Amino acid sequence: MHIEVRGLNKKFGDFQAVADVSFEIEKGQLIGLLGPSGGGKTSILRMLAGLESADAGEILFHGKRVNDLPPQERGIGFVFQNYALFKHMTVADNIAFGLEVKKWPKAKIKERVAELVELTGLTGFEKRFPHQLSGGQRQRVAFARALAPEPQLLLLDEPFAAIDAKIRHELRSWLREMIDRLGITSIFVTHDQDEAIEVADQIMIINKGSLEQKGTPWEIYKNPQSPFVASFIGESTILEDASVLRGFGNASEWPGTKALIRPEYVEVGKSSDFELLSATEKGIVRHVHFRGSEWLVEVEIGAAKLVTYRSLEKDILHPGDEVQVLVHRAYLFNDNDSWVMENRLKEDPMPVHI
Amino acid sequence: MRRLWIGLTVAVFGLLLVVPVVRIAMGAFGDGWQGFANGLARPETLHALYLTGLIVVIVTLVNTLFGVMLSLYLVRATWLGRRLKQLLNSVVDLPFAVSPVIGGFMIVLLLGPETALGSLLGRAGINVVYALPGMIIATLFVTFPLIVREVMPVLQEIGSAQEEAASTLGANAWTTFWRVTWPSIRWSVVYGVVLTVARALGEFGAVLVVSGNILFRTQTATTLVYQDVENFNLIAANSIALVLAAGSVTLLLLMEWAKSRREVH
Repeated sequence: MHIEVRGLNKKFGDFQAVADVSFEIEKGQLIGLLGPSGGGKTSILRMLAGLESADAGEILFHGKRVNDLPPQERGIGFVFQNYALFKHMTVADNIAFGLEVKKWPKAKIKERVAELVELTGLTGFEKRFPHQLSGGQRQRVAFARALAPEPQLLLLDEPFAAIDAKIRHELRSWLREMIDRLGITSIFVTHDQDEAIEVADQIMIINKGSLEQKGTPWEIYKNPQSPFVASFIGESTILEDASVLRGFGNASEWPGTKALIRPEYVEVGKSSDFELLSATEKGIVRHVHFRGSEWLVEVEIGAAKLVTYRSLEKDILHPGDEVQVLVHRAYLFNDNDSWVMENRLKEDPMPVHI
Repeated sequence: MRRLWIGLTVAVFGLLLVVPVVRIAMGAFGDGWQGFANGLARPETLHALYLTGLIVVIVTLVNTLFGVMLSLYLVRATWLGRRLKQLLNSVVDLPFAVSPVIGGFMIVLLLGPETALGSLLGRAGINVVYALPGMIIATLFVTFPLIVREVMPVLQEIGSAQEEAASTLGANAWTTFWRVTWPSIRWSVVYGVVLTVARALGEFGAVLVVSGNILFRTQTATTLVYQDVENFNLIAANSIALVLAAGSVTLLLLMEWAKSRREVH
């Protein structure tokens, strides 16, 4: 289903939950609504579902305005954060509910339920009640129940929030696969950036009720259009004045400008590790944290503290070690503007022309 | 020391609960089975029991319907302001706070034959006070909070997510209530109904004030017991009291069963 939202607004009392949000979603895409808790993501989702009414703005499905349609008539499937399974019904009854309500013939309901039970890998659990299932199984029942009436749009509110980390990974790829197979337009809400980056075709970053940026995970990572997006994606350090760093001396031309530096922008090592030693400067390792698959290194350059990742394959650094630090780029921003600045010294200062 | 406390507790309970029931049973059978049967077979007893039964049935039906509806509105309705909800919520408890006699007295003051409203209704041929409608209203008043107080916490606890899920699946409000909400609250409703029946059976003060206790017309089982005691007709009084007590014990057992079912679901 093609979805368009124009100038959406929602207030709860004095609290502006959603402020002037507009976007468009192509058919068959998987969209992640990403942002901090309480930022208005769930409110947007609930307005799309018709569970909450919009104060202003328009919601269009297939070019038709649906603002005044109740949830029953919007042709959507909704997966709730805590699944909201009907606890007095078995798995099969839960899945069949939407079909019975729509007065499908009995034989067809049975067929569709069997199909979904198989699709979601719940074979053998049809007669169980929700409280007899594990978190991951409940999640899949909720998914099957929402899909049963063949909705054109699937909305998922923090679908993996209540599941432990390991199963969450499995379920994520399972969901991605399932949605690809069915080709159904889907929107999911999450506050976990890894989840959004891994699963979504496009991410919408929502903060304080506003849409900060919409784009593919790579676009958002590479080209953040607001300081919030830059700081929300990845673990980054903010420096008051970037000109203290080697290669960013001209940053002082813009007074009042701060710099945001991501760990991936920073490289540390011995002087022999770098081709262009002139672009690096000396730093002292302050802390080293083991992160399971890599080291997180905190390094100090003069007064500035930066963090970076380091492969486990390389020599182990210790606090107090002196290292060379190369800052590849910084994301600069002030009240009016934001841009990416590359390390100027990385270009060979004395190119040899033959 | 511990034994002393246990003994004391048992003694207090015995004195308060067991001894009176035994005493009533002994009193009822003071003249043997015949005395008990005579006490119950009197036409005024039959009429009073019939009237009590009628009131219980009507009151339970009305309170169940409106109690469940009010609970739904107080917990779920978004169109009711928060302040108004709080106010209504505390008004529900009014019958708990006010003595039933005063409740009955309010009805007399409001709808008695000397009041404007009462005389208007009287002219239309409807007597409220000193007649069945007044007695029903008085019992309704006294028992109203019972179902609301049982159902509201359960509605709050289950939350609205399951109902919202049903609506996104295409179910209308009616289907959602019967297929999703009702199965979750039904045992609380049963529990509330049992309490309502027990309370309506035993209601005395409010009914006495409103009914005027007129023989064969507005006399209920409890007011008949009161009158029999006044007339030193103790065997009959004990017999009716025993029937009422037996009814209450049955209800209590039913309630225990409902409670255990509620915990299962």
